[in-house]
Amino acid sequence: MQEKENKLKVGAYWASSCGGCDVALLGLHERILDLLEGADIAFWPAATDFKYEDLKSYKRNELDITFFNGGIRTSENEEIAKLLREKTDLLVAYGSCAHQGGIPGLANMSDKSTVFDTVYRDNPSTYNPEGTVPLERSEFNGGELELPAFNERVKNLEGVVKVDYTVPGCPPPPELTQNFLDLILNDDLPPRGSVVAGEKTVCDECNREWNKKSIDEFHRPQEIEIDLEKCLLDQGIICMGPVTRSGCDASCPEMNLPCKGCFGPPSKVDDQGAEMLNSLASILQIGEEGKALESEENVLANLPDPIGTFYSFSLANSIFGGKVEDGGNNERK
Amino acid sequence: MDFEPKLVGFLCKWCSSAGADLAGVSRKNYPSNLIPITVNCSGRIDVSYVVRAFHDGADGVLISGCHPGDCHYNSGNYKAWRRVALLKHVLEEFGVNPDRVKLKWISATEGEKFAQTIKGFTSEIKELGPGPYNDARERE
Ligand code: FES
Repeated sequence: MQEKENKLKVGAYWASSCGGCDVALLGLHERILDLLEGADIAFWPAATDFKYEDLKSYKRNELDITFFNGGIRTSENEEIAKLLREKTDLLVAYGSCAHQGGIPGLANMSDKSTVFDTVYRDNPSTYNPEGTVPLERSEFNGGELELPAFNERVKNLEGVVKVDYTVPGCPPPPELTQNFLDLILNDDLPPRGSVVAGEKTVCDECNREWNKKSIDEFHRPQEIEIDLEKCLLDQGIICMGPVTRSGCDASCPEMNLPCKGCFGPPSKVDDQGAEMLNSLASILQIGEEGKALESEENVLANLPDPIGTFYSFSLANSIFGGKVEDGGNNERK
Repeated sequence: MDFEPKLVGFLCKWCSSAGADLAGVSRKNYPSNLIPITVNCSGRIDVSYVVRAFHDGADGVLISGCHPGDCHYNSGNYKAWRRVALLKHVLEEFGVNPDRVKLKWISATEGEKFAQTIKGFTSEIKELGPGPYNDARERE
């Protein structure tokens, strides 16, 4: 533990996120007081009144550690990520969005103008008769107003700066955050670059019984009565457990919900969604072997949203990173 | 200049790779567009290998293994078969034409079939035009 006079300086920031990760930090409840014994908060827009100017005034690496949540959607997100990188010794990607782009990353299946049309014009609940959309620059009362640019694609934090540690999850469970804080306060951190969670998969922590090892039909969870003891995949429900990093105590499958993959893949997996296709293909029984593909379409028909299913949280960090154009000069990550 | 497709082929060691060798020793003529990669079994081919190949500039990917029932490891080719079915479904969502992936069963005795497959696939991809990440070729 650090001496009181020599407290850790801690920062936290939200980029393109829902705010849940900031709540998750507060979810430590009274344990956050232990943290404050050994640390000073030096920047945390969600909870305190620091401004970007304060951040700019800090020396290089003045912050010991910063919890960065949210993906990189706007030029502001990117600018602050770079600024925080400069001012922070240990930069932590906190939560799925900073780790892999998260749910906002699914917008990478549409281009910027489609996103704007949906959000500002076409949504049934949107009332915008003048079709106003945010502009980077606009005239107002004789002056000029500026807004951050909306980037073409969502990136994860690692996509713009070097990340020292990742605490995964949507949001990270309090035990995981607590464990990470203990590692910091006890000066017991793993090598930089580590994802501070399990090294196995969710299946490894799941108590459901797995024996059938084959699927002949996909079901969505609301369509069938789920057996509480048996593996969800065995019941035809797509559960991302086999390709998702452990560390959550299989909390979704324990609650009768399939794993959505929020911890991202284990270290050696290149692309979480592709890896899930590998696993699924191994247990999929389409007709008899040999006549395997006759009923392929029927089986796949019950897979209405493959990207949303296999890449819920990892799309922005996948090999393609989002929708591509056949014959196009798509930009690589 | 004419568009010359860049094709990547994952060939299983026991059948298709031997079939490719046979095409060679029998002096069959076929286009030189394919970069062959020998793997132990078609069941060894990860979906991510194919996606990576496209990302790195391939215009088409051929996956070739032993005929159904003939896999050296019994069932690897059935796995490949199902993987390709799922992969095509997902590729289409990503915006990539699923015809850019071809699955073919080629045995060690089918040198002619190998040559024909490469001919056919090359002209199909020529027809389709460049793949999703074709800047790699332009930089050359
Ligand atoms: S060894 Fe040829 S497909 Fe398995």
